Amino acid sequence: MDYFLELFFGGLTRGSIYALIALGYTMVYGIIELINFAHGEIYMIGAFTALIVSSVLAFAGLSGLSVLFLAAAAAIVYSAAHGFTVEKIGYKPLRQAPRLSPLISAIGMSIFLQNYVMLAQTSDFLPFPSLLPDLPFLSDLEIGIGSTEAIILMTTAVSMVLLTLLIKFTKMGKAMRATAQDRNMAMLVGVDVNRTISYTFIIGSTLAAIGGVLIASHIGRINFYIGFIAGIKAFTAAVLGGIGSIPGAVLGALVLGWTESFATGYVSSDYEDVFAFLLLVIILIVRPSGLLGRSTAQKV
Amino acid sequence: MSGGLLELIDVQTYYGNIQALKDITIAVEEGEIITLIGANGAGKSTTLMSISGIVPPRAGEILFMGRRIDGVRPNDIVALGISQVPEGRRIFPYLTVTENLDMGAFLRKDKAGVRKDMEHVFELFPILAERRNQPGGTLSGGEQQMLAISRALMARPRLLLLDEPSLGLAPIYVRLIFDIIRRINREDGTTIFLVEQNANMALKVAHRGYVMETGRIVMADTAENLRNDEGVKRAYLGM
Repeated sequence: MDYFLELFFGGLTRGSIYALIALGYTMVYGIIELINFAHGEIYMIGAFTALIVSSVLAFAGLSGLSVLFLAAAAAIVYSAAHGFTVEKIGYKPLRQAPRLSPLISAIGMSIFLQNYVMLAQTSDFLPFPSLLPDLPFLSDLEIGIGSTEAIILMTTAVSMVLLTLLIKFTKMGKAMRATAQDRNMAMLVGVDVNRTISYTFIIGSTLAAIGGVLIASHIGRINFYIGFIAGIKAFTAAVLGGIGSIPGAVLGALVLGWTESFATGYVSSDYEDVFAFLLLVIILIVRPSGLLGRSTAQKV
Repeated sequence: MSGGLLELIDVQTYYGNIQALKDITIAVEEGEIITLIGANGAGKSTTLMSISGIVPPRAGEILFMGRRIDGVRPNDIVALGISQVPEGRRIFPYLTVTENLDMGAFLRKDKAGVRKDMEHVFELFPILAERRNQPGGTLSGGEQQMLAISRALMARPRLLLLDEPSLGLAPIYVRLIFDIIRRINREDGTTIFLVEQNANMALKVAHRGYVMETGRIVMADTAENLRNDEGVKRAYLGM
């Protein structure tokens, strides 16, 4: 039972991180029907920013939670700026173009950002400091969950609640939903669609940056390529849950996290990805629009 | 005709290389109902989309209250006081009735006024009040048309553009919708630009009309004269 719980929480943690990144994919897809391949890189840039800022702060003599919060804030700002800029440079000029063009542009953006970080930093793995605080009472509880995992879960949960409130109740959230459902009609009621799309990229990037800081602290090392792997997994999660659906992205991410965790625990870690993608294939055969995806009523 | 509320002067609009509007000149005075009738594909909807800025004209001028609005962004045109009920109603399917109405008032800041107008809309169409928490996509065609008109009214427009409001509706709804159009014009003083295939009904509610054929205005007259015109009768009124 202990082993099961350990795998359960491991999968939940992993799934939470996937969810934070998957939300960016699904929100962007929902609003402009584009798979933003550069999204994984935004997450990677968040991790790098946190590493640089925390190193500088540590050098300046700061320690503890202040380092975490300042590093996370810097990561969010820097990632959001990148997400915003990528859309303005890479996708906005192609909004009337055939759908393949922005997709190729997205792949280009992804490669560009990877190489830019590699050249500006290094291609080697860099150690990432453990910024997250220790919660000793958790180990006393003996439920198989560590401090880092608990913090990741809580942060993710809070982010999801805030995101839901934002989308459900704020003016910006309503504009985002309206734009996703019918862009021209949104314009006809006075929504500034360009600004709404920018907001979507900024929010998605913010979540990715939070994910980046969390996972880097958890794993303890980063390089310029981590965005690619995480991006593919999060994208899988978004498709699994039904791309365009926000609860779907979270559900898909959790299912994916658990699949990987249990496959690793009970079968072999060699088969982690096999099971993840096998699951994707099966779900797409049974439910082509994903777990919570809206049936394929294609918009014209 | 200067000093009109809306003026289109030699408007040319293209979809890619295909010219959809050729030298369109239309003038709308404050407080009137004008109608634009014509066959499918004549360019009626394109005319409205050009006014709203969704498909901006390539040449010509559009003036609203004496100010050029061609090339102005669609959301800014709404802010100036032009709302459109597009063809096909275009309700936000996953937003509730109330949220759809909220979207109509998207640019308004006076919360109390918005709440009051929503009550007014619910009086106009009691069925919408009953369905206020239902997603817009689950409404019937007639109810969606009521919602679409209400959503546009929530912006308190000076000029309301209506594209085929009677299309695909049961006769009882057609009558209701035209009654409401007349009421909006008479009671609120809202100027109405009505695009219709149902020329018969349109020429009954409108003060003046324009007839459009393959991207051009071919006739302009009072609604009464158009109703009695032999050519119009044969082509559009089925007489």
